Amino acid sequence: MPYPSEYRYSKEHEWVKLEGANARMGITDFAQHELGDVVYVELPKVGRKVKQHESFAVVESVKAASEVYAPVSGEVIEVNKKLENQPELINKSPHTEGWMVVLRIDTPKELDNLLTAADYEKHIGGK
Amino acid sequence: MTLKKTPLYEAHKRLGAKMVEFGGWEMPIQYTSILDEHQAVRTSAGIFDVSHMGEIEVSGPQALDFVQKLIPNDASKLAVIQVLYSPLCYENGTTVDDLLVYRLVDKFLLVVNAANTDKDFAWIQNNVSSFKNVNAENRSAAYGQIAIQGPKADATLRPLVECDLSQIKYYWSVQAKVLGESALVSRTGYTGEDGFEVYASPQLTQKLWDTLISAGAKPIGLGARDTLRFEAGLALYGHELNEQTTPIEAGLGWTVKEKSSDYNGKAILLQQKREGTKKKLIGLKMVDAGVPRQGVKVFVHGQESGVVTSGMKSLTLDQFLAMAFVSTNTSLKPGDRLEVEIRGQRKIAELVKLPFYRGSVKH
Repeated sequence: MPYPSEYRYSKEHEWVKLEGANARMGITDFAQHELGDVVYVELPKVGRKVKQHESFAVVESVKAASEVYAPVSGEVIEVNKKLENQPELINKSPHTEGWMVVLRIDTPKELDNLLTAADYEKHIGGK
Repeated sequence: MTLKKTPLYEAHKRLGAKMVEFGGWEMPIQYTSILDEHQAVRTSAGIFDVSHMGEIEVSGPQALDFVQKLIPNDASKLAVIQVLYSPLCYENGTTVDDLLVYRLVDKFLLVVNAANTDKDFAWIQNNVSSFKNVNAENRSAAYGQIAIQGPKADATLRPLVECDLSQIKYYWSVQAKVLGESALVSRTGYTGEDGFEVYASPQLTQKLWDTLISAGAKPIGLGARDTLRFEAGLALYGHELNEQTTPIEAGLGWTVKEKSSDYNGKAILLQQKREGTKKKLIGLKMVDAGVPRQGVKVFVHGQESGVVTSGMKSLTLDQFLAMAFVSTNTSLKPGDRLEVEIRGQRKIAELVKLPFYRGSVKH
């Protein structure tokens, strides 16, 4: 699965899509593949304020629970309610339908800490 | 430490399996997805590389007496080629391991968990000193083992075996030609489905694996082995059984027999069977959403009163389920509500009967 070039990526395998002053985020295809079949997703409450790199969601596959980190600081303004009943969207469509959270970005400069698609592919290529 | 490899290691690599460390072995956790593999075993036929399991042979004139001393279940009732499930206990009744006992023509074959093989063999040798005419040997390296499980296991294996599989009842075995070579075939398994386990030389194990795949059986990794045994309510050592737990506490009272002769743990186990235990194993179904994994605390009437031993999403039933030890101070019946604490949050669950699911296994 290609990594969209307009997205930015964290080394912890989250993706970010800029939508004006907001960031839509989810976990990458690499991450969903490593986790295997996702059976449960715990999302943050709308209104929660998070710092970059803070654990704010959990994705559970058949075998294990994995923390998801905020790729940028900000306020949670929307969560993907579909994941409640269809957690498998993260496996089927990690970069679009399987999105997890929309954050209102606090500190746009933090985006500079994230990787481009090409750099992210290099990052996972080394694994 | 170098991880041990089964005779099927190269086959797993060729199949693109994701390999993990398990009990000192490099084993396949999944080939495609745990969900697909789980469903294949519930609806069709799957094959498992279980060559990592340990095989300990006990022979000599006093072999039966010695096996009887080791286990609480009654091996004296076994006919030749019959199979028995039993815990292996310490003198205080807690559990060294759980195992299968095959009564063969000239010996007993004990099949034990891979991670426990060395510990079990040391314990067995420790016990053997008071028996004059017994020889116990760890023969694990000589055996490969494949489990074929699922409603179509019988039909898939049948053309490859020179014997009438329909004559092998649940927990019986036969020494038969498989692909022209001698092997031990038993109607046993760890999935809740009908099926067989085939013990063979490493070479025959490789040949049989490839032949079964050509015949349409799907390779299944350790991931689905766990989800399948869990639904069937089968104990896994390190979860429901351990060195702090007796088989009575783990719901295996049926494996603890009166027997006329003495055995390790007899006094305490029979006492627990008569008078009850401080903890017992229960089944839980989540009412709130959440995955109650091993180690999650259980609360009854607001009081911490137990811990989850295994918990996951049941892929067949589409429910979040757990097995847990709870204190027997509070009486609980199916449908009663209790709570589990997942990442600091109390969530509601209810007690359900074990096993969670009954497959095609023919008891």
